[in-house]
Amino acid sequence: MKLRLPLAAVLLGLASPQVLAAGPAPLAAQGCLGCHGPEGAGAGAVPALAGRDAGELRALLHAFRAGERPATIMDRIARGYSEAELAAMAAHFAGQR
Amino acid sequence: MVAHSRRSALVAAAALLGAPAVSRAQGQARLVVVGGGFGGASAARFARLSAPDVAVTLIEPQPRFITCPYGNLVLGGLRDMAAITHGYEGLAARGVRIVQDRAVGIDPVARSVRLGGGTTLGYDRLILSPGVALRWNAIAGYDEAAAEAMPHAWIAGDGAQITLLRRQIAAMPDGGVVALAIPPNPFRCPPGPYERISMIAQYLKRHKPRAKILALDAKERFSKQALFQDAWRALYGGMIEWVPGNVDGRVVRVDARTRMLETELGTRHRADVANVIPPQSAAAIAIEAGLTDRTGWVPVDYRTFEARTAPGIHVIGDANQPGPMPKSGFIANSTAKQAVASALAALRGAPPPEAVYFNTCYSHVGAEYGISIVGIFRPNADGTAVEEDRDAGGTSPRGDLPEQRRLEARYADAWYESITRDMFS
Repeated sequence: MKLRLPLAAVLLGLASPQVLAAGPAPLAAQGCLGCHGPEGAGAGAVPALAGRDAGELRALLHAFRAGERPATIMDRIARGYSEAELAAMAAHFAGQR
Repeated sequence: MVAHSRRSALVAAAALLGAPAVSRAQGQARLVVVGGGFGGASAARFARLSAPDVAVTLIEPQPRFITCPYGNLVLGGLRDMAAITHGYEGLAARGVRIVQDRAVGIDPVARSVRLGGGTTLGYDRLILSPGVALRWNAIAGYDEAAAEAMPHAWIAGDGAQITLLRRQIAAMPDGGVVALAIPPNPFRCPPGPYERISMIAQYLKRHKPRAKILALDAKERFSKQALFQDAWRALYGGMIEWVPGNVDGRVVRVDARTRMLETELGTRHRADVANVIPPQSAAAIAIEAGLTDRTGWVPVDYRTFEARTAPGIHVIGDANQPGPMPKSGFIANSTAKQAVASALAALRGAPPPEAVYFNTCYSHVGAEYGISIVGIFRPNADGTAVEEDRDAGGTSPRGDLPEQRRLEARYADAWYESITRDMFS
């Protein structure tokens, strides 16, 4: 069971997009940027995350983590993060324009 | 599960969200970053994004940064040097003060960095990302002069070493032998030598199909080994011979004049091109500042990346002892952000934020053939160790999976574009 970073992630996840947009992505989401681009805007063959619906992003991440969606690499990645961290990532990128 | 107090998480989160101004009695807080590579450039950019009120200075002797990642694609003729060369203009535009000079000494008590040009820069927190030094003469006969004939091409510097090795491979006659000497662990970029073998093979197969690659390795095992060896068989037939340490692969002496590599049991190999990747240590500045231990690398607190012997100096990138994490560009980038967040928290009197470190190392083994290894790592409660999440990460699946290989080659390109923007834009 993964319950790391509960409170910080919840705080970050519930904060308004306006507040988050003023600063960088939460630390747990920083890893995403290395392939999805500094603003989550995508790069080449790697799709954009910015501006996508938070619920859709969460559902995708859950499906990757559960091995229910065909994956090249995201299945290996999504399994390493807690529920709260995945929620914080989804909320952050949904708030990016 | 890593135990952390809820209170510390709350304080850290509040510090990030509320972002009270970081101030010193005398004025702006000063964050100095030494080294403008994967660790240092990422740190400087992240600091500007996180704390616009902190003065960030980046000290780097080179006017432009040439990445080691994708240097192997230059050797394979798939990229040119311009494609792996990056300027500091983007960081300057973000308000990072760029000092083009070499940091030659650190005074942890006075909290200052001495520069080659003679000046001294004071800091409130120091981010040290100096990279590696090559241990000259650890392989007998392999010194700076020998590297002009048998290039290492393992520290990019001004690009001359990569260019030299590229030129030698291009000039070699068909039927020639390219030899590599590969060091024991730990060293910069664990899959790097094997990606290099692959990229050279990819070039030779097209232009000098009778040539051979002789890889003399001090080790018996290496990163993504099964995936690399599957690909070598599938793509390059009998072109590559890999000789592990237990079959007399460890190079102990070289002669630069005759391009000879001698292994432990006295076997002498003559090569037409010899790429010697020597054993490494943390860069000289870390050793001279007393930050390293007998391993030659810097032990750190894995929550903050502060040097064990010098709190307040955060040592990131290849110079530290990364535990189970690789000495990779992605880990340098990931830990740079935690180090900066910890440094900023310390300036505010707050505890460090909770850490998670992320790595993906892609390797190109053919023009349209990529493989990867993923790792997610977290420090323990007192920062004495860092542990890999065993339920996650790992390597690409084995088997005949052309679409997986093609996609990973494209994702590798996206990684390069993204991470260099995360450093320099």
